[in-house]
Amino acid sequence: MTVRSLAVVSAGLSQPSSSRLLADRLAAAVGAVLPVETTLIEVRDHSHDVVNNLLTGFPSPALAGMLSAVSAADGLIAVSPIFNASYSGLFKSFFDVLDESALLDKPVLLAATGGTARHSLALEHALRPLFAYLRAIVAPTGVFAATDDWGDADTGLVERIERAAGELADLVAQRAPAAPTDPFADPTPFETLLRGA
Amino acid sequence: MQFGIFSVGDVTPDPTTGREPTERERIKPMVTIALKAEDVGLDVFATGEHHNPPFVPSSPTTMLGYIAARTSRLQLSTATTLITTNDPVKIAEDYAMLQHLADGRVDLMMGRGNTGPVYPWFGQDIRMGIPLAVENYALLHRLWREDVVDWEGKFRTPLQSFTSTPRPLDGVPPFVWHGSIRSPEIAEQAAYYGDGFFANHIFWPASHTRRMVGLYRKRFEHYGHGSADQAIVGLGGQVFMRKNSQDAVREFRPYFDVAPVYGHGPSLEEFTAQTPLTVGSPQQVIDRTLSFREYVGDYQRQLFLIDHAGLPLSTVLEQLDMLGEEVVPVLRKEFAIGRPAHVPEAPTHESLVAAAASAASAASASAASVAEVAG
Repeated sequence: MTVRSLAVVSAGLSQPSSSRLLADRLAAAVGAVLPVETTLIEVRDHSHDVVNNLLTGFPSPALAGMLSAVSAADGLIAVSPIFNASYSGLFKSFFDVLDESALLDKPVLLAATGGTARHSLALEHALRPLFAYLRAIVAPTGVFAATDDWGDADTGLVERIERAAGELADLVAQRAPAAPTDPFADPTPFETLLRGA
Repeated sequence: MQFGIFSVGDVTPDPTTGREPTERERIKPMVTIALKAEDVGLDVFATGEHHNPPFVPSSPTTMLGYIAARTSRLQLSTATTLITTNDPVKIAEDYAMLQHLADGRVDLMMGRGNTGPVYPWFGQDIRMGIPLAVENYALLHRLWREDVVDWEGKFRTPLQSFTSTPRPLDGVPPFVWHGSIRSPEIAEQAAYYGDGFFANHIFWPASHTRRMVGLYRKRFEHYGHGSADQAIVGLGGQVFMRKNSQDAVREFRPYFDVAPVYGHGPSLEEFTAQTPLTVGSPQQVIDRTLSFREYVGDYQRQLFLIDHAGLPLSTVLEQLDMLGEEVVPVLRKEFAIGRPAHVPEAPTHESLVAAAASAASAASASAASVAEVAG
């Protein structure tokens, strides 16, 4: 089986963070059903570069590497802590500096963490619309982990992780490996631009 | 190779004093800076075009006409002329007039502009930025080359039997550069017409400029204007110099830290590493500028941004002295080393008139030989 590329974006702020814990569990669960090569992106490690990119319009070399890893990946796991009923500002900022076509038709598994289960629907009303807007293919199951989920085995977290990971693996397996187009290698001929004008 | 300066024309408070110049105190110094550029032996002055505060240069040909009257050698240009929101007919008229008054010392750099509301203010749709740049320039190109134009397009009222006056000086339109930070379509446009391509260069990493210029050179050759290394390339640069590099860093940092565009973002050290900004001694500026050739090839025009972010006029004039005395003479000598003979200089009015004359005599010679065969 071909090894597919998986990008994991975790936007937790503390170190260690429960978002990262969830991201690692999800990545491992995908890896258990599909051979993947995983690139992990801790947004916190690039937080100044993300803000600089918002201000200057270009990424630092380190951030550029992370952004192209996401663009080139066959699948993406995106994990945010829930702040004030939505994704964290840092999480959003990372996706704001990503090229707007980078997630087009890309399978994405959404996950989030929070203090209590009362925040869980933020996945559906905040994260899912963002990725729908970016025209990603979002796995039906999103995974929310509240603090209690890390203790109580009866909350179904393990089952949710496995179900969501299986869905992402299926979506990735159904698609050909990502092949980003290069506008510099393959420009639109000027006659075409003239006709369009 | 041409060396010069380009000005954004921003009215920015001097962060070290908090004092904001008036518009007059920005407009008149821009002229002083241009005159000084000629005095110290630079070749080009280019002004930006903006239609919103805190910028003053909304009327480039007024300013350039005034500078033309007070200079004798300086090439006058723009950085950039808004090809999207200006009427191409008015651009054709204004710059042909300027060309006559300046005895041909005029070229232009087309750009799309980066201020969203300028589009609706001038009756255009920002989503049509590229199509506007394509159609408007196609019309401008014809207006300068055909005495009578019939034309119909999407974005302006049609023309029947229209003649743009005055006709270009000596029948030769001003040379045009196309400027872009990020759009491959504009590099393609420059290549298609065999016009120049100017990479802004100063706000983005070198790796990006390399790709843009590489695309332009490849397509220039594709469209039959010459080999890729004969394409006409210009680059921006941004420098601040003092004799000792530590003094330069100390003096420039407060301006950098709050400057428009990148202020409050990356540190001076990060921005210096990631973009062509060079803050240091004249020798450091020489070394950095010479390194541009490694990723864009031998090129034709180097413009420096030296008068933004609230820097006082006296400081800018000192920068021009250093450019003229210490930096540019060395750059001229060093850039000439190893430069192949078939790489052209940036076109000037004189070179374009000569090229038009030799093309005309070649055409009449071939017409004569056809006539002989036919006879």
